[in-house]
Amino acid sequence: MSENAKDEAVAIPAQSDGTRSEAAGTATLTKDAAPGETLLKVTGLQKHFPIKKGLLQRQVGAVRAVDGIDFEVKSGETLGVVGESGCGKSTMGRLITRLLEPTAGKVEFEGKDITHLGVGGMRPLRRDVQMIFQDPYSSLNPRHTIGTIISAPFKLQGVEPEGGVKKEVQRLLSVVGLNPEHYNRYPHEFSGGQRQRIGIARALALNPKLVVADEPVSALDVSIQAQVVNLLDDLQTELGLTYVIIAHDLSVVRHVSDRIAVMYLGKIMELADRDLLYKTPMHPYTKALMSAVPIPDPARKSTKSERILLKGDVPSPISPPSGCRFHTRCWKATEICKTTEPPLKELRPGQQVACHHPENFEDQAPQDVVLLSDAKEAAELVSEKALAESAQTSAAVAAEAEAGTDRAEDAATGAEAGAGSAGSAGSAGSAGSAGSAGSAESAESAESAESADEEPPAKEK
Amino acid sequence: MLAYLIRRLFAAAVMLVVIILVVFGIFFLVPKWAGVDVALSFVGKQADPAAVEGVRQKLGLSDPVFVQAWEFFKGIFAGRTYAAGGDVTHCSAPCFGYSFRTEQSVWPVLTERFPVTLALALGAAVLWLIFGLAAGVLSALKRGTLWDRGAMVVALAGVSLPIYFTGLLSLAIFSYGLGWIDGEFVPLEESLTGWLGGMILPWITLAFLYAAMYARITRATMMEILGEDYIRTARAKGLKEQVVIRKHAMRSTLTPLLTMLGMDLGALMGGAILTETTFSLPGLGQKVLDAIQNQDLPFILGVVLITSLAVLIANLVVDILYAVIDPRVRLA
Amino acid sequence: MTDLSKSGAAVGEPTGTSPTPKAFLEVRDLKVHFPTDDGLVKSVDGLSFQLEKGKTLGIVGESGSGKSVTSLGIMGLHTAGQYGRRKAQISGEIWLDGTELLSADPDEVRKLRGRQMSMIFQDPLSALHPYYTIGQQIVEAYRVHHDVDKKTAKRRAVEMLDRVGIPQPDKRVDSYPHEFSGGMRQRAMIAMSLVNNPELLIADEPTTALDVTVQAQILDLIRDLQTEFGSAVIIITHDLGVVAELADDLLVMYGGRCVERGPAEKVFYEPRHPYTWGLLGSMPRLDRDQQERLIPVKGSPPSLINLPSGCAFNPRCPYADVPKDDVTRTVRPELAEVGSKHWAACHMSQEQRERIWTEEIAPKL
Repeated sequence: MSENAKDEAVAIPAQSDGTRSEAAGTATLTKDAAPGETLLKVTGLQKHFPIKKGLLQRQVGAVRAVDGIDFEVKSGETLGVVGESGCGKSTMGRLITRLLEPTAGKVEFEGKDITHLGVGGMRPLRRDVQMIFQDPYSSLNPRHTIGTIISAPFKLQGVEPEGGVKKEVQRLLSVVGLNPEHYNRYPHEFSGGQRQRIGIARALALNPKLVVADEPVSALDVSIQAQVVNLLDDLQTELGLTYVIIAHDLSVVRHVSDRIAVMYLGKIMELADRDLLYKTPMHPYTKALMSAVPIPDPARKSTKSERILLKGDVPSPISPPSGCRFHTRCWKATEICKTTEPPLKELRPGQQVACHHPENFEDQAPQDVVLLSDAKEAAELVSEKALAESAQTSAAVAAEAEAGTDRAEDAATGAEAGAGSAGSAGSAGSAGSAGSAGSAESAESAESAESADEEPPAKEK
Repeated sequence: MLAYLIRRLFAAAVMLVVIILVVFGIFFLVPKWAGVDVALSFVGKQADPAAVEGVRQKLGLSDPVFVQAWEFFKGIFAGRTYAAGGDVTHCSAPCFGYSFRTEQSVWPVLTERFPVTLALALGAAVLWLIFGLAAGVLSALKRGTLWDRGAMVVALAGVSLPIYFTGLLSLAIFSYGLGWIDGEFVPLEESLTGWLGGMILPWITLAFLYAAMYARITRATMMEILGEDYIRTARAKGLKEQVVIRKHAMRSTLTPLLTMLGMDLGALMGGAILTETTFSLPGLGQKVLDAIQNQDLPFILGVVLITSLAVLIANLVVDILYAVIDPRVRLA
Repeated sequence: MTDLSKSGAAVGEPTGTSPTPKAFLEVRDLKVHFPTDDGLVKSVDGLSFQLEKGKTLGIVGESGSGKSVTSLGIMGLHTAGQYGRRKAQISGEIWLDGTELLSADPDEVRKLRGRQMSMIFQDPLSALHPYYTIGQQIVEAYRVHHDVDKKTAKRRAVEMLDRVGIPQPDKRVDSYPHEFSGGMRQRAMIAMSLVNNPELLIADEPTTALDVTVQAQILDLIRDLQTEFGSAVIIITHDLGVVAELADDLLVMYGGRCVERGPAEKVFYEPRHPYTWGLLGSMPRLDRDQQERLIPVKGSPPSLINLPSGCAFNPRCPYADVPKDDVTRTVRPELAEVGSKHWAACHMSQEQRERIWTEEIAPKL
């Protein structure tokens, strides 16, 4: 199906341009999509950058920058995307704004497939989707006045705002907290924070629905960072914007986001509501990431024990590890993590995790208990306290889930958890996810499934 | 490193073949476009048609294109035999054909003339590297001082003054005026000092142009490198400033210069021709001028091939040096 | 303690007057100015502090606050790379283990560099020479100060790489910087700076270029090494989280001067300068419940050529009008003791500041 879409877009960009702009026109009429409606939907998104070598430029491999991710962004919300350098978060941002063309997968904006739209086809959409970049210096043309920079989108889109371009630009300047009289100044006359405001004003010029911000504050000083974060906050409230904010700073992401996706090596490891993610992270990687953030509280200086140190470095995205990509550095990794990739599954309402042995939740592959040797090494870097805590919380959650199943069979958590742990045995034939999870399981886990089989009945007591 | 070397060598070989084919293409096509009959220009204007036909036979000009191409190619590596009836001429190994004008084989003329040009180019290159680098580094270290400004003014003069001007000026001063140097070319076999005496002014003249350019680039690069973090690290180790410059900054400064050198050695021919003419050196330069005037295609092609080969070798050496200096290149 | 006396005795609090200091490192009234076409850039303008062996001092500030220039000044590297006629001007005193560095023979200072005091830089990729192997660079650092053959020095290099946690050090010693990951490079950089067992280690934004999980590894390493080697450490950063992890004492810089300095706990829990409040309020924190809004500092950092008159922070200070007679705009406040070993430079009375902090600022953090 995606093949077809591709053909169409490639073959007749001019034609599609006409029809699309019409569609975009109607879309702008229904500007304020009801909050909560899906604005952006991404399925199986991939971007592989080929590596070419030799005289003939043969392709010898590919950097799998984004390697199959699914998520949705709802109108009016802020999705934060965190991860370390090289996890593919910036590439993802460029894919959903279609500055890059995906290798595979699908990007839908307001229900419309924009995966393979050409430059012409994207033009009407550029109005609705805008991007803010990290470096406020290099993303502004030094030879243009800020008036020219901010009014450029109007010219490109052939839009004549009410009251004239200049008036509109000045209005935008005051919206982002700059002096409207600075219309004729050049970017170098502004400080870093002010330049970022100019970038924001430019992004807002056409009244976009979705703003994708790639590290919007990481180049700024602490005190200025807070100004820009607050500005983004205010703009969202006033204009009903939807944000995708990509950043490496977990505290900033927590502050601005409603939901957060944690990426590692081109995959989403965990995608959850903000509070769930920070209070009860399920993916070991999320947990490690959060424990690594230095806390500005000197009293915790000696409590080094709570920290989870990850061993080594992030593996190369050219040949990512098999199974779960985090298994080489995870202290909980077992054989199944090496062989089977865990699907991103909603284990609790509002919290999707791709892990066989989640934290703060019932084990998804309890039959698989033998740690990999890598994991044993990794565990030495994890404080005793953190290990104990993790065991404790998992047990607590398991107990809770048990209680939950007692009360109501169909309680979402219980059902999901039950289906997950049942594995390939598929005893709980009810949930469809059981089947998919089961088929993904390896033969080895099927063998040990007998023991798992015995557990659910025990629970039902 | 070895893989890199093999790759480079292979690329050079491929390049050589391509050059030969292109040169053949020129040899084959240019007369066609220009409406010149090669056989006719070989024999002379008032030739009788039989002689022209004989030459055409002998040079194989009526053979199909690829046969001609193969013969041309083979001639360069294995020599070729021109035969028409009983008239057989063997042209041994590097066979570039015969001059239209003198009917001499091109190769011996090239081998006689080329060493002078090569000596001029290499000698000048050594001179300009030494003086250009030294002046550039000193300027960078003494930024803004009288020395810096003076050196840069001289460099500007060097870049902008034409060779025949500086050449004649140096001849006028050192040879005719002061009488320090004879200025006559003496073959190396006869006398080393005589040869040096004859070459020194052409070297200086040619080197002056390039030294000026290299001094400016060196200065700019050096200043940039001195601002690099790793230079600060070197100082933070407690290294003496001299060591910091020599060991850390110089090595980095060399890389862009090397790239330039590779390209300049190719472009040098033009400068060499002018210099040779100015100083009446028996190099390729004068011959090339003559050949161009007389539309002596085989000779021009011979010069093109031999200079291409020189450039190819120069670039190969530069590439290898590059890899020696910058380890990151070896992986690319 | 709102004395505005500008008498040297009151001002010179941390420095004292005795010519030979007791502290291992003592900086007195350090000024580093750079002449430019636009005017004199006063990067550091009168900074004083002391540091004992085995202790860590954190210097915090935004870009252009003078924190990096301070460290370069101590190392004697502030003029490095300046070959023109306009040299940086430095004045004051820097005492390192009884030697005054600014008046010492430059070659003597060079010999101390890398041996008694060494430095780690922000971006390990650009701070390592791309053309030399890690081993060659560490060997060089060792052999500048030790008369040993290359073999011995290389053994030492391998030993150091092993110590900083680089796997297979005997193999990796022959790798080039570009063959290392960011974290490994910074480890190698640390190995290089510690190869001569320096007594003073200056780390300038050592983790800013690194990912958070790698940052955790590196901070851990620095802490362990300090315990092991017992050296004095200065850590320069804009990240309050990083200093809180490492520092015993804290020095907050603004516009080339120290605005507050004291034990880390004091500065974090009882800050007495509005700029410190601003820094704390600007930061989203993971260890607290979600803040509704951040409390940013308005405006931008000042130009170091034209510092605002009076208190350099006054145009951005929400409390600039609290002290009477416009004193914030006319008189530059000096550091005054606000608690045990705790100094701040503010015109507001200590009672006023204590009240504002406890009633207005702290509850919102």
